[in-house]
Amino acid sequence: MSDSISPCDEHGPAPVLESRPVIVEVRNVNKSYLRGSHIIPVLRDIRLDIREGEFLALMGPSGSGKSTLLNLIAGIDKVDSGSIVIGGVDITALDETELAHWRATHVGFIFQFYNLIPVLTAFENVELPLQLTGLSRAERREHVETALRVVNLANRMDHYPAQLSGGEQQRVAIARAVVTDPTILVADEPTGDLDRASAREIMSLMCRLNRESGKTIIMVTHDPKAAEAAQVIRHLDKGYLNHAHP
Amino acid sequence: MRILKLFFRNAFRHKLRTGLTILGITIAILAFGMLRTLVNAWYAGVEASSANRLVIRNAISLVFPLPLAYKDRIRQVEGVTLVSWGNWFGGVYIEEKNFFPNFAVEPRSFLALYPEYLLPDMQRSSFLSDRKGAVAGKKIADRFGWKVGDTVTLKGTIFPGNWEFTIRGIYRGKDRSVDETQFFFHWEYLDETVRKTAPRRAGQVGYYIIGIANPNLAGEVSAAIDAAFKNSLAETLTETEKAFQMSFVSMTEAILIAIQLVSIVIIVIIMAVVANTMAMTARERIGEYAVFKTLGFGGRFIAGLIFGESLFISLLGTAIGIGLTFPVAAAFHDYLGTYFPIFFVEKETVLMGVAAGILVGVVAALFPTWRAVRIRIADGLRRIG
Ligand SMILES: Nc1ncnc2c1ncn2[C@@H]1O[C@H](COP(=O)(O)OP(=O)(O)O)[C@@H](O)[C@H]1O
Ligand SMILES: [Mg+2]
Repeated sequence: MSDSISPCDEHGPAPVLESRPVIVEVRNVNKSYLRGSHIIPVLRDIRLDIREGEFLALMGPSGSGKSTLLNLIAGIDKVDSGSIVIGGVDITALDETELAHWRATHVGFIFQFYNLIPVLTAFENVELPLQLTGLSRAERREHVETALRVVNLANRMDHYPAQLSGGEQQRVAIARAVVTDPTILVADEPTGDLDRASAREIMSLMCRLNRESGKTIIMVTHDPKAAEAAQVIRHLDKGYLNHAHP
Repeated sequence: MRILKLFFRNAFRHKLRTGLTILGITIAILAFGMLRTLVNAWYAGVEASSANRLVIRNAISLVFPLPLAYKDRIRQVEGVTLVSWGNWFGGVYIEEKNFFPNFAVEPRSFLALYPEYLLPDMQRSSFLSDRKGAVAGKKIADRFGWKVGDTVTLKGTIFPGNWEFTIRGIYRGKDRSVDETQFFFHWEYLDETVRKTAPRRAGQVGYYIIGIANPNLAGEVSAAIDAAFKNSLAETLTETEKAFQMSFVSMTEAILIAIQLVSIVIIVIIMAVVANTMAMTARERIGEYAVFKTLGFGGRFIAGLIFGESLFISLLGTAIGIGLTFPVAAAFHDYLGTYFPIFFVEKETVLMGVAAGILVGVVAALFPTWRAVRIRIADGLRRIG
């Protein structure tokens, strides 16, 4: 697909996507918002396939609907029309409760502003999604410790978010996103609030998750440097998704 | 367990705000408890009255006496078991501000009618056999340092002169609803003296108190007594002790209702204050609630967070407030016991305080919960950015 050298390559070879099953199928999705009496179309007839193990970057100017599309795929917003099938489940057909349950098991979230719970320690933040599973206390501890080791923060488990740097908080957030071993990872401007060095660290971590653990990642960014890590880059403009190009 | 930790920690995120809110609730609950206790103190005489006792007074007014001669006619009325009589004496001990109620009573029947005044047998018999003997309540005896055997002089206001009494007994109340600030002595002693100094006032009583066999027949007995003295020189008005006590209170009833209203208003105000605090808190955390929802936590969890925090704050304030009500009420009683002989925090007041605290916590959580549960995740997340 692309000949350019991805900074991810040091973490292993890019998967040959054509041989992989499509895990996310976005079909004819439309979404608009009501502002006062105006209907503002945000996404128009979006069609997108994402394959298992793919690292996709969604780019585009501010306000082009990147977050909206990501939220729809992650099941935290509702389409106006169209369907989104993920791992064989049409999530546009699920009700609130089913969707909440589906998110808990299938989606890992990484936000621009980390969104850690300030009154919980790094450990407790990472443990949070596991509270909704049937895992025992000991199993949860094991999972949390593993996840924090992956992001190289095993020694900061008892720190509160306020005691961590931005980059460290984002790493905790990544640990929280992967601890349930979700089907897809969604990241909305994960480096948007970080300095260069921390941003590079976060991207390297995402690469490892993609190349070494085979995670499917959908990342919104308007940082070309960050997008370099992705294997596929798609552009959104005025609600339209442009064709794939390197 | 995890949610408990969360709302506990959340409650102390803004220590000053939470502290001030708790302080507000504490003061509100304290004020509520004190006002309730004040109202109860006002009604103490009514509460302490017995359904077995009727009070007979001059139909025109309590200030006009009744002839002692009525006692035999009254005794003959069916249903009457005991007849006692007395006069409000209105004596002053040293100076006006040492006020306490004092009465001249027919001692034997009086003690029989008021079993709630506990008097040791020895003191009882020495009181009965001493014409100039008197019995004082524990609280005034303590207040003036009186012991059995002491001589006490009261300056008469209604009955002029200096009156000497020997304390023969100190009574205690059967329970704390009994007034322990009264002082009573032999009606004979009063009447004898009056006979010499103002003969026209002799043989007159201020009121009769009678015991009846069946409280359910109080109306019939009262009617029979009043009928017996119809068209006589001094017509009677007979009513239950409760109604009699109530006639004193009802003069001030409007004030009492106002006080009760104020106590409710205080709770409503603190409800608004706590609701505002919780709304402010929840608004700041809309993004966090959205994160919880994103991770798959449901509305019930969010509701639990907000209700838990709100109830935690409210009940903490309530607990401190109720805890303070007791010492404050005690101090108040020490200071103003003269006017409020019965002044204690009733169990009911405590329960109402707790109920008010729970109500405040629940009401304060309602609106923020409704908002937090309803808001769409995507909108909630946008609040962070
Ligand atoms: N909840 C909403 N209500 C109204 N308008 C919204 C809402 N969410 C997004 N929009 C609008 O939709 C457009 C796309 O938003 P967004 O997906 O956040 O853009 P991007 O992430 O590409 O910057 C913007 O014009 C934004 O103002
Ligand atoms: Mg965005």
